[in-house]
Amino acid sequence: MKELLTGNEAIARGAYEAGVEFAAAYPGTPSTEILENIPKYKEIYCEWAPNEKVSVEVSVGASMAGARVLTAMKHVGMNVAADPLFTYAYLGVNGGFVIVSADDPGMHSSQNEQDNRYYARHAKMPLIEPSDSQEAKDFIIEAYDISEKYDVPVLFRITTRICHSKTIVELGERKNVGVKAYSRNIEKFVATPARAKVHHYELEEKLKKLEEYSNTTFLNKEEINDSEIGIITSGISYNYAREVFGDSASYLKLGFTFPIPKEKIINFSKKFKTIYVIEENEPFLETEIKALGINVIGKEKIPICDELNPDIVREALLGEKTDRIEIVKEKVVSRPPTLCSGCPHRGIFFELSKRKDTVITGDIGCYTLGSAEPLNAMDSVVCMGAGISAAHGFAKVFEKTGRKTKVFGIVGDSTFFHSGMTSLLDIVYNNSNVCSIILDNRITGMTGHQENPGTGYTLMGEKAPVVSIEKICEAMGIKNITVINPNNLTETKNALNFHTELNEPSVIIAKWPCALKRFSEEDKKQFDLSVKKYKVNPDKCKKCRMCTKTGCPSISFDKEKGASIDINTCIGCSVCYQACPFGAIEKVGEENV
Amino acid sequence: MSKVKNILLVGVGGQGTILTSKILSTALLDAGYDVKMSEVHGMAQRGGSVTTQVRYGEKVYSPIIGKGQADILVSFEVMEAMRWIDYLNPDGDIIVNNYSINSAPILSGKAEYPSGILEELSKKAKTKVVDAFKTAEELGNIKVQNIVLLGALVKKFKLDDINWEEAIKNNVKPKFLEINLKAFESGKEL
Ligand SMILES: Cc1ncc(C[n+]2csc(CCOP(=O)(O)OP(=O)(O)O)c2C)c(N)n1
Repeated sequence: MKELLTGNEAIARGAYEAGVEFAAAYPGTPSTEILENIPKYKEIYCEWAPNEKVSVEVSVGASMAGARVLTAMKHVGMNVAADPLFTYAYLGVNGGFVIVSADDPGMHSSQNEQDNRYYARHAKMPLIEPSDSQEAKDFIIEAYDISEKYDVPVLFRITTRICHSKTIVELGERKNVGVKAYSRNIEKFVATPARAKVHHYELEEKLKKLEEYSNTTFLNKEEINDSEIGIITSGISYNYAREVFGDSASYLKLGFTFPIPKEKIINFSKKFKTIYVIEENEPFLETEIKALGINVIGKEKIPICDELNPDIVREALLGEKTDRIEIVKEKVVSRPPTLCSGCPHRGIFFELSKRKDTVITGDIGCYTLGSAEPLNAMDSVVCMGAGISAAHGFAKVFEKTGRKTKVFGIVGDSTFFHSGMTSLLDIVYNNSNVCSIILDNRITGMTGHQENPGTGYTLMGEKAPVVSIEKICEAMGIKNITVINPNNLTETKNALNFHTELNEPSVIIAKWPCALKRFSEEDKKQFDLSVKKYKVNPDKCKKCRMCTKTGCPSISFDKEKGASIDINTCIGCSVCYQACPFGAIEKVGEENV
Repeated sequence: MSKVKNILLVGVGGQGTILTSKILSTALLDAGYDVKMSEVHGMAQRGGSVTTQVRYGEKVYSPIIGKGQADILVSFEVMEAMRWIDYLNPDGDIIVNNYSINSAPILSGKAEYPSGILEELSKKAKTKVVDAFKTAEELGNIKVQNIVLLGALVKKFKLDDINWEEAIKNNVKPKFLEINLKAFESGKEL
């Protein structure tokens, strides 16, 4: 049967067909839908782990226990997970182990553009790069065979355009490989220095065999045309190359890119006058190919920064520009993403935006948008967890220099569970005057509403204990913890005032469900989530624009008419109602007549 | 490569561009074409500008196109058509929904929604303005404006002989099927 699948759906399908028994991940664009598509295959146990390191470690355990396992993450997630990976590469597997890294060239939704193919070389893991959904499915099945045959974890690297493009896939049947036997094997799985030394030698031997495999596998194939140009490429770049050069070039299409197939590359290169290496971001292949003494053209022409497309390849290598229509710049206003109407993050950022002499270290999630116009209430965003830990660094330096600025560290609930918890531990242990604000919108918002340890449900839809953020903070030794409804501006402001005066580690938990969330029964019991509507009374509006400073997309402002609220999108969070200094905003149905 | 057709759908997060391209691509697949469709998730969905690309033909390689390569630009919003016009082949067509959504700088009064965009578009390329929003409103659900636009696209691109009803049926909830089919038919007539 043929179906149109995204690369992510195809990987989930491939894992199913390969007989995978266990899958774990932490969400992150563009990888999230891989695990989201696993629960429909009832044969596979799957879970959201609190972070990528845990995800890899539980997968290591499951692989040792004999199951074929899949773990997936976005590129920066691999930084978090690197520690167990490097050592598991030494130890080798029992059940096949595949880790999917979804890189994001062009940074559609990421904070950097790192090329995780280098992790393969660094951790000494074989590397596979599919170029479309069919290959994503087929190659992942092969990946498990490689992992078990060569006794290594395999890195499966995809990119946004593979993840989120739908292409045709021919479906297959599940191979029931079962779970392999396990019995204690101290020599293999206990990584003490003495054993690791042996493992390192063994791994180098495995890599030699993997290079032989690389030279013979169907994953690396030549497509020879009558041409003077030869192109070496991998992943999505192959499609861009094909698009531009068609049959006027020959191709060495690499699906298995570490260890590179040296012999195959040398033989291919002999046949052509000009060799291009076409790859996105870093010169990963190019550097290795040049080290073979082959003269190729690559990054001197093809940009390192940003993602490629056929257009960029054409212009870079052929110097041809497609005809295009010029945009009339005056006719376009930017359309940046914003906090949604009724977003519970709005109230707290609105209140923070009005405070003077603060430092607000932010983090990654929907709440990063607190840094955008008109709120501008953020000093830094680096990586998950740093919202709290960076605050500690700021506070310590301010303490040293006698600067009185209050430091707030902000993370979301999922981010708190991911790595904010250990950051808070540092604040308590090394005692800094930071107020940590945890924005508990009862879901992992930014990546599209995944459950997390605080929501009461698992990836497989089962009920789970609701982990209490408040109790965690309490157990860590935080004395002042204030739980607020962030849609209540007075409550929010009072909490911020109170915590500003404290001279100790403290926590504010802003607790209200994400406006876009599918509310659970518990949410409905705990919060008043009925939709209300607000409107502007034009007679009372003084055109002061205070309501627009909340950045709500339901509010618009006209110089003549003043403010107005879009009744279709307003959900009645009432933040603007409270913000208006003139009582000009009224609840629909309760107007003052 | 000339046989591959490129459709670019643009709009604002929440307008249903992704569903439209899904219906479009499954129908094209069933009609026997090789199809690739590319969409962008994540940050852009929070009220930002969104695009999806659908390519079909005998054999499609790249799931995405570069500038100047779309055969048709279907814009769910007026200003978005201008934002993405450089992706249109200068000989290509524009279908634009006569519907404006203010972006953050406009809402806050820092900028004004530009006037005369439709006239500018018509000067630059063959432009068909479609009242999809109004049509959907008349049908009783503004959400189906995406299917009105799909109808307009099918008409313009002469894809009538494909089984659209089936594709729509497979992608919308049964209780919304009738209104979606009506929206589709209306779109073909606009
Ligand atoms: C190491 C790492 N893993 C995953 C991500 C992807 N990511 C960005 S934001 C986010 C979730 C944030 O959820 P939460 O903290 O609950 O905030 P919300 O978006 O709900 O406001 C994730 C998983 C990332 N940026 N870095």
